[in-house]
Amino acid sequence: MSLILVQILNGLQYGLLLFLAASGLTLVFGILGVINLAHGSFYMLGAYAALTLTARFGDIFVALAAGVPLAFLFGAAIEWLFIRHLYKRDHLQQVLVTFALILMFDEAQQTLWGNYPESIPTPSYLSSSISLTSDLGYPVYRIALMTICVLLAIAMMFVIQRTRFGRLVRAAESNPEMVEALGFDSRILFRIVFAAGVAMAAAAGILAAPVESAYPGIGDRVLITSFVVVVIGGIGSIRGAFLGSLLIGLVDAFGKVFVPKFASVLIYALMAIVLVLRPSGLFGRQ
Amino acid sequence: MNKPPLLEALGLNVCYGASHVLRGVDFRVAPGETVSVLGRNGMGKTTLLRTLMGLVAPKSGEIRLGGVSIVGWRASAIARAGVGFVPEGRGIFPNLTVEENLVFAARPGANGRRDWTREALFDLFPRLAERRGAWGDQLSGGEQQMLTIGRALMSNPSLLLVDEATEGLAPLARDDIWRTLGLIAGRGVAIVIVDKNLDDLKALCRRHVILVKGQIVFEGTADGLVAQDEFVRSQLGL
Ligand SMILES: Nc1ncnc2c1ncn2[C@@H]1O[C@H](COP(=O)(O)OP(=O)(O)O)[C@@H](O)[C@H]1O
Ligand SMILES: [Mg+2]
Repeated sequence: MSLILVQILNGLQYGLLLFLAASGLTLVFGILGVINLAHGSFYMLGAYAALTLTARFGDIFVALAAGVPLAFLFGAAIEWLFIRHLYKRDHLQQVLVTFALILMFDEAQQTLWGNYPESIPTPSYLSSSISLTSDLGYPVYRIALMTICVLLAIAMMFVIQRTRFGRLVRAAESNPEMVEALGFDSRILFRIVFAAGVAMAAAAGILAAPVESAYPGIGDRVLITSFVVVVIGGIGSIRGAFLGSLLIGLVDAFGKVFVPKFASVLIYALMAIVLVLRPSGLFGRQ
Repeated sequence: MNKPPLLEALGLNVCYGASHVLRGVDFRVAPGETVSVLGRNGMGKTTLLRTLMGLVAPKSGEIRLGGVSIVGWRASAIARAGVGFVPEGRGIFPNLTVEENLVFAARPGANGRRDWTREALFDLFPRLAERRGAWGDQLSGGEQQMLTIGRALMSNPSLLLVDEATEGLAPLARDDIWRTLGLIAGRGVAIVIVDKNLDDLKALCRRHVILVKGQIVFEGTADGLVAQDEFVRSQLGL
């Protein structure tokens, strides 16, 4: 019983972090039409930023508060320097340029932070565990992490469903040219969407850092899994990304316990099943 | 024709890769004027409207809006300068509600006035008011077309570009569209419209232009169309 409870919590935690990472990927793909292989790098840079910022400020939440706006500005700069040149290009060119970005970011990471895994401290006031059942505890930091992820997810959905900016984002997801023809400069919209995606991925990397630590290549798994989320949820769909992320988190967590031999392929099996039943994903348009 | 033009295109040439689609088109719209663009499929009508809207870059030529050159402007800047766009295929946002679609581009016109508001448009299209909470793609074709027109009007344009607005609609829905366009023209909004229904166009428009292979082969009034009936019918494949 308690094992199941723990796996549910682990699955949700993984799923929620994945959602933060994948939401940016799906929006960038759905609205900007760009396949961004470098998206996982922003998660990785988030984790390393957490290392540096907690070393300086002493607290992961200060690192989060400082890191997210920095990541937004960084994302806007990357969009201006590289990504905006890819909007009218084919997917092969997008893949080549964003793969080059991965190499660049990896190189920067090695130069700045080195090759060894680095652990990031959990704040002392959250380092205890709460007991879920008589014989089982769960780290308080992980509960806090999930709470923040849920709040960020709610905030994001609120912005997308209820605000004027969100209306623009949804419209651009279905017909960016029409958005432009109705008087909205899509260059600015695209830059904000990309930068927000980078900020969300970095937020996930920062929040995960005390649990996962920071190490080279940490963004790779996030990238691949995020693409699986995008396919399962439907390109451009935030709701789909949310559901897909939680599904993957839970399937992964339970797979590791019940069918450890097949755990690593389970999410791809899930993706295959979704694709057979709904070729454009859970919330994708035909 | 004595008023200075609202929109003026001179010597427009547009190419898609190697195919030369508009060939030296001169085109003029006076304030409040209604102009039809006629022609068979593939003659360049949509391309002309998209070029005027800034969605296609001309290879050469000049386009002026209110005397100001707008070649090289982004479509968004042209829209904010007072051009409303009703595209071929409607371009409704399916994942926005009717009301969200409608208020999407709400803004005062280039003259600072807000003649068209949500309330005014719900009066004009009571059907949209009834369905204001529905998603864009839950509407019938006729309702979607009303919504596209309403959405463009909400930006209080001085010029409306309308591409095949009655295409694929039932006769009753078409009549609705024509009546509405007449009403909009009556309020002083200039309209450039591409359509296939010659009789309705004659009733709505003061001036008519026929495009053949990217060139204007006829320009004149409804009387002119009648006077050259045989030529017109052969050019339009009627
Ligand atoms: N995006 C495009 N790329 C290449 N050729 C195009 C494109 N759009 C239209 N064309 C071609 O340009 C010509 C004019 O098309 P269009 O302006 O759509 O004509 P119409 O609206 O009069 O039917 C056609 O031959 C069409 O095939
Ligand atoms: Mg056309």
